[in-house]
Amino acid sequence: MAASTSGYSGVLFRLRKYANKSQSLCHIGNSNFIIRTTWTTGCKHQHQLNTQIESLPQMVGVVGLEIHAQIHSKSKLFSGSHVSFSDPPNSLVSHFDASLPGTLPVLNRRCVEAAVLTGLALNCTINKKSLFDRKHYFYADMPAGYQITQQRLPIAVNGTLSYSHFEGRKRNHVVTKSVKIKQIQLEQDSGKSLHDDERSQTLIDLNRAGVGLMELVMEPEMCCGEEAGAAVRELQLILQALGTCQANMAEGQLRVDANVSVHHPGEPLGVRTEVKNINSVRHLAKAIDYEIQRQMEVLQSGGTVLNETRAFDSKSGITIPMRDKEGLQDYRFMPEPNLPPLFVYESEASVPAGADSTQLVLIDRLSSQLPELPSVTRTRLVETYGILREHSFTLVNEDGLVDYFESVVKMTKTEPRKVIGWVMNELMGNLNLQNLKVSQSPVSPCALAEMINLVRSGHISSSTAKKVFQEMWKTPEKTVEQIVKEQDLWMINDKEELRQICQRIVDSHSEEVQIIRGGNKKVLNKLMGEIQKETKGKTNPLQVKAILEEMIF
Amino acid sequence: MSASSAARRPVEAMLGLSIREVSQALRDGKVSATELCRKCINQIQRTRYLNAYITIAEETAMEQAERADKRLRTGKTLGPLDGIPFSVKDNFCTENIKTTCASNMLKGYVPPFSATVVQKLLDQGAVLVGKTNLDEFAMGAGSTDGAFGPVRNPWSYAAPYREQSAEDPDSDWTITGGSSGGSAAAVASLSSFLALGSDTGGSTRNPGSLCGVVALKPSYGLLSRHGLIPLVNSMDVPGIMTRSVHDAATVLRILQGRDERDSTTVQAPNTPPSLPEHFDMRKICVGIPKEYHAPGLSEDTLAQWSRVADIFENAGARVKEVSLPHTPYSIVCYHVLCCCEVASNMARFDGLEYGHRSAVDSSTDAMYATTRHEGFNNVVRRRILSGNYFLLKSNYERYFVKAQQMRRLIAEDFKKVFSSGIDVLLTPTTLSDAARYADFITEDNRTRSAQEDVFTQPVNMAGLPAVTVPTALSQRGLPIGLQLIGQTLQDWKLLTIAHWMEKQLHFPMIRFHRDLNENEREQNRSIRERTHTVGS
Repeated sequence: MAASTSGYSGVLFRLRKYANKSQSLCHIGNSNFIIRTTWTTGCKHQHQLNTQIESLPQMVGVVGLEIHAQIHSKSKLFSGSHVSFSDPPNSLVSHFDASLPGTLPVLNRRCVEAAVLTGLALNCTINKKSLFDRKHYFYADMPAGYQITQQRLPIAVNGTLSYSHFEGRKRNHVVTKSVKIKQIQLEQDSGKSLHDDERSQTLIDLNRAGVGLMELVMEPEMCCGEEAGAAVRELQLILQALGTCQANMAEGQLRVDANVSVHHPGEPLGVRTEVKNINSVRHLAKAIDYEIQRQMEVLQSGGTVLNETRAFDSKSGITIPMRDKEGLQDYRFMPEPNLPPLFVYESEASVPAGADSTQLVLIDRLSSQLPELPSVTRTRLVETYGILREHSFTLVNEDGLVDYFESVVKMTKTEPRKVIGWVMNELMGNLNLQNLKVSQSPVSPCALAEMINLVRSGHISSSTAKKVFQEMWKTPEKTVEQIVKEQDLWMINDKEELRQICQRIVDSHSEEVQIIRGGNKKVLNKLMGEIQKETKGKTNPLQVKAILEEMIF
Repeated sequence: MSASSAARRPVEAMLGLSIREVSQALRDGKVSATELCRKCINQIQRTRYLNAYITIAEETAMEQAERADKRLRTGKTLGPLDGIPFSVKDNFCTENIKTTCASNMLKGYVPPFSATVVQKLLDQGAVLVGKTNLDEFAMGAGSTDGAFGPVRNPWSYAAPYREQSAEDPDSDWTITGGSSGGSAAAVASLSSFLALGSDTGGSTRNPGSLCGVVALKPSYGLLSRHGLIPLVNSMDVPGIMTRSVHDAATVLRILQGRDERDSTTVQAPNTPPSLPEHFDMRKICVGIPKEYHAPGLSEDTLAQWSRVADIFENAGARVKEVSLPHTPYSIVCYHVLCCCEVASNMARFDGLEYGHRSAVDSSTDAMYATTRHEGFNNVVRRRILSGNYFLLKSNYERYFVKAQQMRRLIAEDFKKVFSSGIDVLLTPTTLSDAARYADFITEDNRTRSAQEDVFTQPVNMAGLPAVTVPTALSQRGLPIGLQLIGQTLQDWKLLTIAHWMEKQLHFPMIRFHRDLNENEREQNRSIRERTHTVGS
């Protein structure tokens, strides 16, 4: 797209041009697409550009996130119903979940532990005492007429999340930033409503009602979709490593709402909108960038940004005001009288006398259960194996890839830096092509290691190995050796045979031989290429080069 | 009616026994559980005019009684309540038995589970004969504001009152107090040996006092609220109504303790098997709170208060005037906190999952609005409206937070008094004996609740145990009760003192007026006609 190379002044020009046109322009799909794309470009180069053009005070986007992470637990936050995502409607509903009168909430310790673990992983202060509140609003899929949440005193506060994204032309320059986590609060999920417009009725499924959620509030410290996307991606990896949330956005296990505003740096924050209905990290970035762009346009054309909730439409890539939750809500918060304060303890020593510590939540016990977090894994991979940082990101990003890589490394004496090449190019290339997960790879770590070992021992060449890999992918039931044997791909190591091949080439390329002898050694490569072609890559280039040089000089 | 007439009617003699006595009779084979159950159900039918019950669980009760008989015959009784008929206020959930809260909202609602306290009684072999009437969702102090009509005080059909009245028993009758008026009437009219009430601001003690039965409000957290349809979660407790303090203690022992389904319950303190028969009053210090000399306190009640204080003093107890300075603010704070929780608790009644649903379906909001309008009476709707107002963001600090602060001060008052060496407080339970229905309804529910709860309600703010003990009959021939208030979780000590007090008082057994047989039949018919859709 032209915009991506047009640079800053071009972007600005476009902005102005659109801004001068009718405002309705931003609702026309095609124009929008361009605006959105140009903005993304602007964002990436923002700091650099600001210094370039000081005469034009540029507005910047400000992004905060509200994230609902569904707790991965066997049962719901306040009832014994199972948590599952594919069961028939209303089959996982206890009396409490349906809000039958006289039922009371009973806090699930596993959910508390999940929140504490998450809080620890995000460097939060864990509140030893936290409280539950009722948040009131009428909605068909919220049977009690209120949600139990932690408004006054949440379980964890004041954390930080470090995240990285890539900059530079080759996207290989890692930039690390961090965003403050204001709080993590425990709360109930709602059920689901299914609107049947034809019969003008609404169907309610309460399977999800009462499932535990962690609401994470990230401070408005991000400036664009890419940053927000990177932060959410890192959060996903952390939650998955902890096992506290499966964090699949498409399945609603992780729901991200973005609070977006724009302002001139140094001035107070602008009026914000809340963007909802975002179901992937990619859409999150798109939605935010679109919304920043939209707000800038509104302001630059003399309009005002409304404090409203907008939904992202992934098909058209735009945000639209949401109709049903318009108007200010007064949630009439009130302490939840049926739940005593939630206490967690630092360690066994701080548990009050007579209490059964196995039934309590102990911070030090949970700390010791913390798994290796993604950032630590990346550093370890870089330091242990000497691989590139961007490769460490790819390894950690794909579920199971770190294990795969490390298994291969263990089974071969080949340098890890060479192993990573096979993993990144051959393995990932094929997986991506067929949209498979690491766990679905037809080539096992063991098979890959066997193949790499054949390369190392000189039994097959690197270029042959690439063919072998493709065969392994197609026929996983065959062993590496079988494939090499059947396809006759063993390396030609016999000196005499090699000599004969070289001699044939030298004889048929007398012109080139003359040039080489005349001093232009580069032409030797051409002869080597011919030999590679002739032997289908089954020769060792160093060996061939030595023989050729011996023959020619 | 005299002792001789009681002898002619052994049915009533049997029904007038305490749990302890009738339990012994069951074990001695003097009566079977099925006979006893049948007698109670007949008594319910005979006293239908009281409107004490909303649902009579005749069929299941007879089945339960038969099972109790099997155990009794083989000597494998489950305990002191095996085979004992009891009733439950209709705001406790009972599995497969209608639970209405005396509201159109829950008319015909059949819960799929039983409240923990109900289940515990059933597990002990007790026989559930029926669900008792109340003010809608327990909001009231008269048992006059329910969807099934007011409850009549059995004592206004007893000899001492009727002999003074020249009027028709169908127009001159008194209220039971409330909101657990049906339970109080059930125990007082001898159709249940035990009834569960609920007590949020006095709802068990108030009708207990006006109907001449023992009514215990245990410490908050000692009894499970699971299955009790809430009024104010932070103050509600299941209440126990019996005809003797000893019986109340027996039931408390069974019902108390932690319930994993109610996170606000606490471990019960160690409790001896029964109350001591002899107790030395010289070790006890009784406090008389001066703020309880409230305006409107009747002469009769005041006289009984003084009399009982003297009885304590004469037995060697120290009787001391004490002060609870924040008492006057209690009612208004209660009103705010109650309305807030009511607004919240009632939010679930939207007609979707259970209960009444309006036929209006033009939109979800319209359905909510009409469902709630049709389902709730004025009292409930007013409290919801007030509560939502108090909880608005802009009002929260001014009302809810202030009321909570005051609540702490009220609790502090009690703490100070008890830490100064007071064992129990002796107070009136109500301002006077029961009001005539015609007089009572001249004021609205809110005014009546504020008037009637003055002595009972601060106890709920502080979560303390309190019991009302029938003391004497007033000049009008109606019961007067006095209240003892104890320290948190010292329910047993409270009952020990109440037990002693009860033995000094000789409160009379109810005697229904002899003309009643005629009236009974007539009224029976009329009430049956009015409520035939209600009974089981």
